[in-house]
Amino acid sequence: MNKDTIVKLENVYFAYTNVSVLEDINITIKQNDFLGIIGPNGGGKTTILRIILGLLEPDKGKVYVFDTSAKKARQHIGYLPQHITFDFDFPISVSEVVLMGRLGKRGIGRKYTKTDISVCMAALEKVGMQQYRNNEIGKLSQGQRQRVFIARALSTEPKLLLLDEPVSSVDTQWQQTFYELLHDLNKEMTIVLVTHDISVVSTYIDKIACLNKRLYYHGSKKVGMHKISEMYEYPVQLITHAPAHDSVGDNDK
Amino acid sequence: MIEILHYEFMRNALFAAVLVGIACGIVGAFVVVKKIVFISGGISHAAFGGIGLGYLLNINPVLTAIPFSLLSALAIGILSKKTKISEDSAIGILWSVGMALGILFISLSPGYAPDLFGYLFGSILTVPISDIIIMLVLDIIIIVTVLLLYKELHALSFDEEFSLIVGVPTQTLYLILLCLVALSIIVLIRVVGIILVIALLTIPATIAKQFTNKLRTLIVLSMILAVVLTVIGLCLSYVFDVPSGAAIVLFLAIVFTICAGLRKYLASKAK
Repeated sequence: MNKDTIVKLENVYFAYTNVSVLEDINITIKQNDFLGIIGPNGGGKTTILRIILGLLEPDKGKVYVFDTSAKKARQHIGYLPQHITFDFDFPISVSEVVLMGRLGKRGIGRKYTKTDISVCMAALEKVGMQQYRNNEIGKLSQGQRQRVFIARALSTEPKLLLLDEPVSSVDTQWQQTFYELLHDLNKEMTIVLVTHDISVVSTYIDKIACLNKRLYYHGSKKVGMHKISEMYEYPVQLITHAPAHDSVGDNDK
Repeated sequence: MIEILHYEFMRNALFAAVLVGIACGIVGAFVVVKKIVFISGGISHAAFGGIGLGYLLNINPVLTAIPFSLLSALAIGILSKKTKISEDSAIGILWSVGMALGILFISLSPGYAPDLFGYLFGSILTVPISDIIIMLVLDIIIIVTVLLLYKELHALSFDEEFSLIVGVPTQTLYLILLCLVALSIIVLIRVVGIILVIALLTIPATIAKQFTNKLRTLIVLSMILAVVLTVIGLCLSYVFDVPSGAAIVLFLAIVFTICAGLRKYLASKAK
């Protein structure tokens, strides 16, 4: 496997009890890629992330992450799930949530070190939530919680960042800041972002993968945006986002 | 009232109340926040098999209940995570199988089972010193384990999947948590009995949860509440001459109702 290959899926198939979700997926993610996986609901976007994390085993095919198995590699991955369900009464503070990202860094039962704490505070600062560090997580707004969970993903100091719909509930103003943050982080790490917001893809992301059970396109954005309408099963839905339409048009020319 | 302290059985009862408070304060906090109340109910009923085995083998039933409840804790954990059996089905199966085994063992054992009622509904006044020593050892195991694994258990209770991704052995840790529940049930059996155990694991922590949003405080507060309320419940049972297990549980329920009402009243006043 090539040295700068971070993730490689070969002929991956996956089904949830007979409902096929992924078929014959071949994808290579390279060092410092900023890959956007786009596709309709139920297209297998989240499933592919969970396979990369080793939370799901493919029915067929091979998965390599950092040249090893997904399970061994996942300590180098920062993950933001699409939904985190928990009891809003759960007794845990923002900083305790972010510190969870440091749990694997030292042996079980060891105390957090000063490094752990400073890494977490830096992560909270990056998402602009440091003033809430002592607040209870359940008392924050949905958007604020999502920012805390992004900080938690960053506190693992990942080499690969997997983000599942990271901006679904944050305000537009922060979205801008967030994508600029990702742009900065991309210098140090590979980023995979799952989204159905195609306007994001057009502005910030350099590679795209169109996923709807099968991988319809995988490669540079320029060619991809042009091909989306041909290859995609639900082109209308995606292209109706106004800014997306413009950018697709731009790429066309 | 103070004269009751002259009796050895009363002093033992107070020791037992403190040991019970420690166990159910610590473990109860995790049971409540991790929402494993019914798993705990299942483990405690399954432990009845161990009590029956004690009668059959003519060994202290509290001792035979230890491996029994540990095994049923592991069985519930493994059945529900590794097989397609849903967790509540696994609980239901072990709950009834454990009880059935207990009844079978007792019917096979010679003679009459004199203090069986005590194991089912508790009898804090008859706890012998040997059982207090067992309870003390189990308390120490619980305290040490939780001190060592506090932040991992906290993380596991909040978000199991993320803990797994960052490298926490969540399966093992979850089984350890269930084993702690099993041990705390053994500590509680003598005092409130198998059937009422779940009250002490849930009510003090649920009361405490209304007043704090920090897990550490929750643990300490539910420990204090459990000790104080168990002792008061014990005194009430002495004064009114009613069974201690029932008195303790009903007193816990009354305090819980008052606290819940008070909190609602204060919240409405604050607006």
